[in-house]
Amino acid sequence: MKNIRNFCIIAHIDHGKSTLADRLLEITHTVSARDSQAQVLDDMDLERERGITIKSHAIQMDYLHEGVMYKLNLIDTPGHVDFSYEVSRSIAACEGALLIVDATQGIQAQTISNLYLALDHDLEIIPVLNKIDLDAAMPEEVKDQIVDLIGCDRDDIIEASGKTGYGIEGILEAIVSRIPAPSGSVDEPLQALIFDSVFNSFRGIISYFRIMNGEVKKGDFVKFFATGKEYHADEIGVLKLKPEPKDKLSAGDVGYIISGIKTSKEVKVGDTITHVNKPCLKAIDGFENVKPMVFAGVYPIDADDYEELRSSIEKLQLNDASLTFEPESSMALGFGFRCGFLGLLHMEIIQERLDREFNMDVITTVPNVSYKAYTTKGEMIEVHNPSSLPDPNHLEHIEEPYITAHIITKSEYLGGIMTLCIEKRGVIKNQVYLTSDRIELTFELPLGEIVIDFYDKLKSISKGYASFDYFQSGYKTAKLIRLEILLNAEPVDALSTLIHHDNAYSFGKRICEKLKELIPRQQFDIAIQAAIGSKIISRETVKAVRKDVTAKCYGGDITRKRKLLDKQKKGKKRMRQVGNVEVPQSAFLAVLKLD
Amino acid sequence: MAGIYIHIPYCHQKCHYCNFYSSVSKKSKPAFVRSLLKEIELQKAYLHQEIISTIYFGGGTPTQLNTFEIEQIIQHLYQHYNISGKAEITLEANPDDLTQEKIIELSETDINRLSLGIQSFHNTDLEYLNRSHSANQAIEAIKTAQRHQFANLSIDLIYGIPTLSNQAWIDNIQTAIDLGIQHISAYCLTVEAGTALDVFIRKGKMPAIDEEKASQQFEILMDVLYKNNFIHYEISNFCKQGFISQHNSNYWKQQKYLGLGPSAHSYNLVSRQWNVSNITNYIQSVEEKNIVPFEIESLTLIQQYDEYILTGLRTIWGVDEIEILSKYGREMYDYFRKQIELFIQKAWIERQGTIYTLTKQGKYFADGIASELFITSD
Repeated sequence: MKNIRNFCIIAHIDHGKSTLADRLLEITHTVSARDSQAQVLDDMDLERERGITIKSHAIQMDYLHEGVMYKLNLIDTPGHVDFSYEVSRSIAACEGALLIVDATQGIQAQTISNLYLALDHDLEIIPVLNKIDLDAAMPEEVKDQIVDLIGCDRDDIIEASGKTGYGIEGILEAIVSRIPAPSGSVDEPLQALIFDSVFNSFRGIISYFRIMNGEVKKGDFVKFFATGKEYHADEIGVLKLKPEPKDKLSAGDVGYIISGIKTSKEVKVGDTITHVNKPCLKAIDGFENVKPMVFAGVYPIDADDYEELRSSIEKLQLNDASLTFEPESSMALGFGFRCGFLGLLHMEIIQERLDREFNMDVITTVPNVSYKAYTTKGEMIEVHNPSSLPDPNHLEHIEEPYITAHIITKSEYLGGIMTLCIEKRGVIKNQVYLTSDRIELTFELPLGEIVIDFYDKLKSISKGYASFDYFQSGYKTAKLIRLEILLNAEPVDALSTLIHHDNAYSFGKRICEKLKELIPRQQFDIAIQAAIGSKIISRETVKAVRKDVTAKCYGGDITRKRKLLDKQKKGKKRMRQVGNVEVPQSAFLAVLKLD
Repeated sequence: MAGIYIHIPYCHQKCHYCNFYSSVSKKSKPAFVRSLLKEIELQKAYLHQEIISTIYFGGGTPTQLNTFEIEQIIQHLYQHYNISGKAEITLEANPDDLTQEKIIELSETDINRLSLGIQSFHNTDLEYLNRSHSANQAIEAIKTAQRHQFANLSIDLIYGIPTLSNQAWIDNIQTAIDLGIQHISAYCLTVEAGTALDVFIRKGKMPAIDEEKASQQFEILMDVLYKNNFIHYEISNFCKQGFISQHNSNYWKQQKYLGLGPSAHSYNLVSRQWNVSNITNYIQSVEEKNIVPFEIESLTLIQQYDEYILTGLRTIWGVDEIEILSKYGREMYDYFRKQIELFIQKAWIERQGTIYTLTKQGKYFADGIASELFITSD
């Protein structure tokens, strides 16, 4: 055990985590430079394209240091606020963390919140100043930030470049010399922390774990604490570039277990694995049932594809337990599913995976959060959909979820960000200057306002320089009303939103304007109206097409014309008929694109 | 029944709206005529010795050729193809080329139909379009042609021009009627990508097209010509009884045609092909290699159906459900019947026996309707 080092990497998106990790793998000969597809750790196409890690990964490296062979387990962490619980579990499986900060950009909000998580778990922090080779690097200034933040010695900060390989050896040495070896005892009953799981279509669910105490052998009869389910350990092993089966794993080890589990619902991140016959007394602290924060309707474009959509979502759920769904129906869109997501990015990822992996073209409706509606009878109903809000006559009050948000920005963008947060009904809680021109703001904000268009706006106001992180901080009573959208006087339930009373008018006006842009002209006028109850608060009209006929159609025009009309027809297939109006996919998310 | 189209790729100047292939440099003309004569021989087999009932000189501006060259081409066609004695032979002509002398020469050839690019009888519109002739030249050319035994005259008119008021449009149509024109092709001004007009409008140098006004002028067009006993036999084509353009009708009636010259299109029911749109390339290949570079597209059954709908619907002959059933099968027939129902209800389509045609209201939406009836192949 004394030759094991378990560590993770804390970094903001784009700060070079994956490139730096790849260098570590190369230098330890875990992969050769020739074999490595750029960024080995991000193995989903989507992850590579977006440059972020969606799922956790783990990999073991062998590192010879002063004549001693060390096993270094790198546990990668998801790089987005939607997955902060998974991050916390990965951190709990480690004794140390590399804090990677981009020398050209300095510390960002997400780095800070993950750093706090790591400090809470008493991890040894090794600060690394990355991208030191770039001309725009500001090493001294960023070192000041790091020293201020973690109170380390200035000399403890390692300068590195994932691109050139500079400083990588120093990082490996620091991992061995500074990060403590795992504690824990081989003689105690088995206690292993699950920090991730992946789905393999041949093997079922593969769970990744870190053994805190005890040991596990191939064939052992084990139990998962939170679910209470029991399995045989069909295969255990360590995670090299490919899984490497072992007969036994002991306290301090990071590995995987395959036990014939078919669906990801049975494996909960944060759960504890122990033996059936000699169980540990208690589970590892910190387990939570992850609950979705954002809900949206997902409907097939073609109503006939409903069953296919169900089976596609079921398959996605096999390897993404945080995705929830239940059938729902909409007057406008027919049959579909109300899906629950960890956040907006998670929602986008699911939508994209449905398209890429299952070729399912879907309409996603406006996302909303989970509200608590209290009826006059004193019942509490969880509302995941504006249209299931109880009748106003029976409604006592509604509560909406709030978050505490940390925003770090350059001081020049302070004004714009303040205005945005206040527009979004935020209340400022704290404001700290991290350095002379970097500020950390703490806001209380309704989550419902964040899921709509907050993040994009924050990015554009701050020219990409503000970073943002949040955690949920409870429920508060709010004056929410349902805003209906009508197309040619027919209410379209899939376009209705719950909105704060004070914002309803300007919101209604903007959404009508946006829909006017998004709904193509048709053979009749289309009235777009926003209404609260029976009161119309805004109206726009999409004028009818007066003429849709090509003038010339001779020898050479026929091929061209046929292709054009064919394209027109295909475009129409991607639209949904609501009443007599053809509505394109994009219109159902119009709310997210308001200017 | 088959037709031959000949593309003459030369113009005196380019009109702002035109996207047909042509060149204002005439240096290559003698070589082009030589190559065209050779292509006539090379393509002999394409129509399998079928009787040719129509020949059409289009462009470009065919009157950029001298009458000797035109005559040479016609004679060469007679020599190598099976041309019907009653063939309709049309020449597109621009008023500024039609001097009295030229008209007399042309009247002595076998050309029996002239299609004149008039576009408007108002100079402001002609300037907007960058036409190379004046309104007076247009009227003179028509009258001279009529004096010299051209009894089948067609003119092109354009509406929807920003400079054209509704009253001026009525005047244009009336002028044509008063001149005793037998056939009118009336086109809505269309901004084609890459044309000068497209650039000028995008840069704000010229006013854009007003769809509402264009639609009013389409209405005026139909109203005035219907009153004067013109037959509306295709969306943009009107004629007096007995003067339907045989050649153009072939395009809409799924008849075979052979296109000769750069950019010309050919069709033999199961494929479409088009020659390279480049004079130099055309001449070189024909002279040196005895081949014409072309691209070809084979038509699937679905594409054949789509084209039948697209072209058929635009005409007075409409779409025949028996034809659909026999040529394309039960499945496509059922689909057609299902899709067309909505348009019958809207009174955009009229059914008589087994034939479906556009109503007057339906003519405004021919593209949208055809697209709805399409079977997309994905």
